[in-house]
Amino acid sequence: MDGMHDLGGRQGFGRVRHARDAKVFHAPWEQRVNALLALAVRNGLVNMDEYRHAIERMEPRHYLRASYYERSMTGLATLCVEKGLVTRDELDRLAGGRFPLSGESAAGRPNAARRQAFAPGHRVRVKNDFVAGHVRMPAYIRGKTGVVVSRSPLYPFPDAHAHGVASEDEPTYDVRFRSEDLWPNGADAAFVHVGVFESYLERSP
Amino acid sequence: MADRHDEQAPAPVEKRAAALEAAFEARGMKAADFIDDHARLVTEEWVPRNGARVVARAWTDPAFRQRLLANGRDAVAELGLTLPPHHRHLVVLENTEAVHNVIVCTQCSCTAYSIIGLPPDWYKDFEYRARVVRESRTVLREMGLDLPADTEIRVWDTSADTRYMVLPQQPPRTRGWSEDQLADIVTKDAMIGVARL
Repeated sequence: MDGMHDLGGRQGFGRVRHARDAKVFHAPWEQRVNALLALAVRNGLVNMDEYRHAIERMEPRHYLRASYYERSMTGLATLCVEKGLVTRDELDRLAGGRFPLSGESAAGRPNAARRQAFAPGHRVRVKNDFVAGHVRMPAYIRGKTGVVVSRSPLYPFPDAHAHGVASEDEPTYDVRFRSEDLWPNGADAAFVHVGVFESYLERSP
Repeated sequence: MADRHDEQAPAPVEKRAAALEAAFEARGMKAADFIDDHARLVTEEWVPRNGARVVARAWTDPAFRQRLLANGRDAVAELGLTLPPHHRHLVVLENTEAVHNVIVCTQCSCTAYSIIGLPPDWYKDFEYRARVVRESRTVLREMGLDLPADTEIRVWDTSADTRYMVLPQQPPRTRGWSEDQLADIVTKDAMIGVARL
């Protein structure tokens, strides 16, 4: 989905608030939430693709207002309700107030019908796909052409895995794009490497 | 499930976190015990010292360096380091005089956390996620890393479950140091690629 989470290349954000001794957690509840996610994954209650998609489905204004661990908690709580671990009313009652959750999920999709294998050096184009459910193709590479640098082991296909849709594992390719091709006359010169699932790619002349 | 009665302010975030934990406990999931174990993992095991040891070994052992660049996951296992099962691949990115690598996750905050530690706050902030892919040189300069104009920048967006770490260049002043001494100077920032040593 073209959600608020897909931030690569968005403009208007200011300087990175960087500190040498940057913290990972800022309050005890953040570590507790991080552990609950790990517990839910270990118990097979949720997988990482479902979790990422549940965060992406947050109402955009809520997504932007929330801290990282509030987003994490909201995604996890949404999945717990959807999977029947707890009801929405019970969460509201336990929290002593409203517990905002993410929006509904669209349908997932299986792997592309005709997938092609690629090798390092191949020129590839990211398909001009608009996907209603979960997808790990950042919008800034949609329709763009790059060069395959390497191939990964097989991974669950996120567009299916986030939705309980049956699919085959498939490789991702590290594809090298030129920043000038991604944002003509609008980027610092660099190569941007993205891990792109095979289903998202086609050969480019 | 669309958000109901939006006008009503949400419960405080720490109350919501406690509610979720209570829901886990009510289902017999023993959340409190798990949270304590996890706190130990985060503070004692998933530490940047792991990656720093890998870097120090790569600086002092050329054969290990080759194995590390060829297959990161297998090579770090030689030092007793593991990645979670869903990180099936660790790609180590070698900085040189001519090339500088920097990593990001524009869509969330994926990192090789068992090797370089959990991501710092700024890595998860919108500013870094939005800007470093498009304005890499500018963002690095703002963060205190002013690269020569002829240095090629490679930004790696962690959009799949492949994990990355940067192998920084060894500072010339550290030639002949022991692995332990070398590991002491390697920072999480350098392994993300927003600093050089």
